[in-house]
Amino acid sequence: MKTMFFAQAVDDALAQAMADDPRIILLGEDTPLLRRNLLVRFGPRRVRGTPISESAFLGAGVAAAMAGLRPVVEIYMVDFLGVCMDALLNHASKVETFSGGQWTAPVVVRVPCGGGYGDGGQHEQSLWGWLAHIPGLTVLVPSTPADAGGLMLAALQQDGPVIFLEHKLLSEIWLEFLGSGARSTVQFDVPAEGAKSAVPKKWEPLPIGKAALRRPGSDLTIISVGVGVHRALDVARSLEAEGISAGVLDLRTVSPLDKAAVCETVAKTGRLLVVDEDYEGFGLSGELSAVILEAGISCRYARVCVQTTIPYARNLEEEILPNRQRIYAGVKHLLQ
Amino acid sequence: MPGDLWFLYSVMLRSRLFEEAIAKLWHEGLISGEMHLGTGEEAIIAGVVAHLREHDAMALDHRGTAALLMRGVDPVLILRELLGYADGLCGGKGGHMHLFSKEYLAASSGIVGAEGPTAAGFGMAAQYLHPGAIAVAFFGEGAMNQGMLLESMNLASVWKLPVLFVCKDDGWAITTQSEKVKGGDLSERARGMGVPVMEVDGCDVSAVWEVSHSALERARSGEGPTFLHARCVHFEGHFLGFQLIRMVRDPLREIPEIAVPLTRSFLRPGGASLGERLAGVKTVLGAALSTLRDPRRDSANDPVRRARTTLQVDSLRLQELEDQVEEEIRRAVTSSLGEVPS
Repeated sequence: MKTMFFAQAVDDALAQAMADDPRIILLGEDTPLLRRNLLVRFGPRRVRGTPISESAFLGAGVAAAMAGLRPVVEIYMVDFLGVCMDALLNHASKVETFSGGQWTAPVVVRVPCGGGYGDGGQHEQSLWGWLAHIPGLTVLVPSTPADAGGLMLAALQQDGPVIFLEHKLLSEIWLEFLGSGARSTVQFDVPAEGAKSAVPKKWEPLPIGKAALRRPGSDLTIISVGVGVHRALDVARSLEAEGISAGVLDLRTVSPLDKAAVCETVAKTGRLLVVDEDYEGFGLSGELSAVILEAGISCRYARVCVQTTIPYARNLEEEILPNRQRIYAGVKHLLQ
Repeated sequence: MPGDLWFLYSVMLRSRLFEEAIAKLWHEGLISGEMHLGTGEEAIIAGVVAHLREHDAMALDHRGTAALLMRGVDPVLILRELLGYADGLCGGKGGHMHLFSKEYLAASSGIVGAEGPTAAGFGMAAQYLHPGAIAVAFFGEGAMNQGMLLESMNLASVWKLPVLFVCKDDGWAITTQSEKVKGGDLSERARGMGVPVMEVDGCDVSAVWEVSHSALERARSGEGPTFLHARCVHFEGHFLGFQLIRMVRDPLREIPEIAVPLTRSFLRPGGASLGERLAGVKTVLGAALSTLRDPRRDSANDPVRRARTTLQVDSLRLQELEDQVEEEIRRAVTSSLGEVPS
C-alpha cells in the first residue's frame, strides 16, 4: 500500500495535474523554495516566486484564470487573506454572476490554516466559515492525505474559484517551517492518520461537496472538518468503552455543504455535536444547525468551537482549541 | 552633535545578548512557534529609538523585541511573554510577533507592511493630541512591495504626518532574495510620493543616530515624513531554523533531505523540457549559493562589533560596561525562568 504525507500528497496530485495540463502555474511568496520539487520538474515559468504583494498577485491570479490560465496561488497563511480579500470577495466570487454566467475565474488558492503550534492568533486562524459565507467561493478542508490529493485534483478541474485549506498540523512542510524549525525540543499533537496515510496509486478527483462518514454511530453524530475530524474520532473511540456509539462525519467541503449527508446522519441519531476549529459565532457550526432546522429534523445540538482570539501561550491555545476534553464534555452534555 | 557611542553600544549589546538568550530558549523548546530575531539590525533600532520621548509611538513588525527593549520595556516582562506566562508583557497572549506596550505607544504586527498604516495613525493622533510627538515605523524592504505601506507613505506625505518610515533592508523578503521581486529603486519610490529620503549604513549606529535625529526634528516641527533607508544583515535570516541557513551550518544532515526528493522530481517523466528543468535547478542552487556567500558571515557587517572597535581605546571602561550589561541580561533570564504563575 502506498502512503504519503499530507503536503506530499497535495504536491503529488498537483504534479500529476501539471504534467497533464500546461495551463496550470503556481505562484506565491517563497514558492520556488517551498515547492522546489515542482520547480525542478516544471521549470521557473510555471513555478513563480512573488513579492510580498498579496493584493497584486492574488488579484492577478484571478484575472489570469479568467483569461485561460489555471493558476494555483499560494498565500502564506489564511490570516494573510485579510490583506488581499478584495480579490476573492469582490472579484473572483462575482465574475460568474456579473457576466450573466458567461465567465468564471477558475483559480485555486492554496492556503495553510489552523493552530496548535504556538504562533498566536494572527497566524493560526481557520476562517473557512468566513470564506464560505461568500457565494461563489468553493471552500475545501481535507483531513487526510488521500482527500487532500483527490480534492486538489478536483479543485483544478472546478470551473470557478476554489480555496484549498491545508491544516498546518497535518502538513509536514508547514509544521516544520513554522512550528518546529527542525527543533526536536518541541512536540505537537499531530493526528497520525491525517499526517500520513494511504493514497491511491494514481490520483482521481474526489467529488466536491461530498462528506465522508468516518465512523458510523447510533447515539450521536459529531460533524467536523480538518484536524477536528481526528480529535472527534479519538473521542468516539474512547467512548466505545462507555457503551456510547458516536458517529463522525467529515464534511471535507465547507462550501458547498453536503446537506443531504448531514441531515441523513443527524436524523438517525437525533443528536449533533459540531466540532469546529473556526470561530463559533456566525459560522459553520451555526450554519449546520440552520440546515437541520430547515430540514425539519428535531435533534439535540451542541458545539465545540473557538470563541476568542487564539492566544499565543501553548497551554492557553490548547484550552481554547477544540480539544478532546471539550469534545468529550460536549458529548456528555448531549447525552444527559 | 554625534550620539553618545557608549550609550548606543550598551543598548545594542544589551539587545544582542537578550536576543541570543531568546534564541537559546527557543532552541530548548521553551518558546513556541516562529522566532524572528533582530540580531544584525541593532544599529538601526538603537540609532532611531534613542531619540524617542514621551508620547512618541512605534509601529513594529514581527521583529519588534529589540525596539521595545531599547524603548524601556522591562526585559523580564518581554521574556515572560515569550515563555507564555500570564504575567508576561501581554499576559502570554501575544508572543513575539504580537507584542504591545500601551505605556510606550508601541504596537507590533505579524502582517508585513501593516506598520505603515499604524504609524500613519499614530502620527495623525499625535497631530491632534500631542503636537511635536512623532511615530516611527520599522519594516523590512520586503514590505516595500506591500500596497498598504506605500499607501501610508503617500498619506503621510499629503497630510504632513510626523512619521519616520524606517526600512531595514537586509536584501531578503522572507526567504526570497529581494532583487528578484523588486522593481526599481526603493528610495525613488519614496521620493516619487514626495517623501524625502535619507540613505544610511545600517551597521553604523552613529550614522543612523545622526540622520534620524534630523529626520525626527523635521517631523516634530510639522514638516512631514522621511524615508530612512538603512542596509543591514540578519544573522539568522528570516527566522530561527531557516532551512537554507541550516543547510550551510549542517550540510551533511540537511543536504540529503533536500537533494534526494529534488533529484527524484527532476528525473520524473512528464513536465518541462530539460532546459526549463535545469533553469529550475539553477534557481534552487542560486538561493543556496547566495546563502553561502552571505554577508552575515562578514563581521564588518556586525553593528555591535563595529561600535566596539571604536570604543576599544578605553578598554577598561569597555570591560566594565560589558560586564554590567552581561550581568543585567543574565539576571533578567534567571528571573524570567523563575516561578511559573498559576
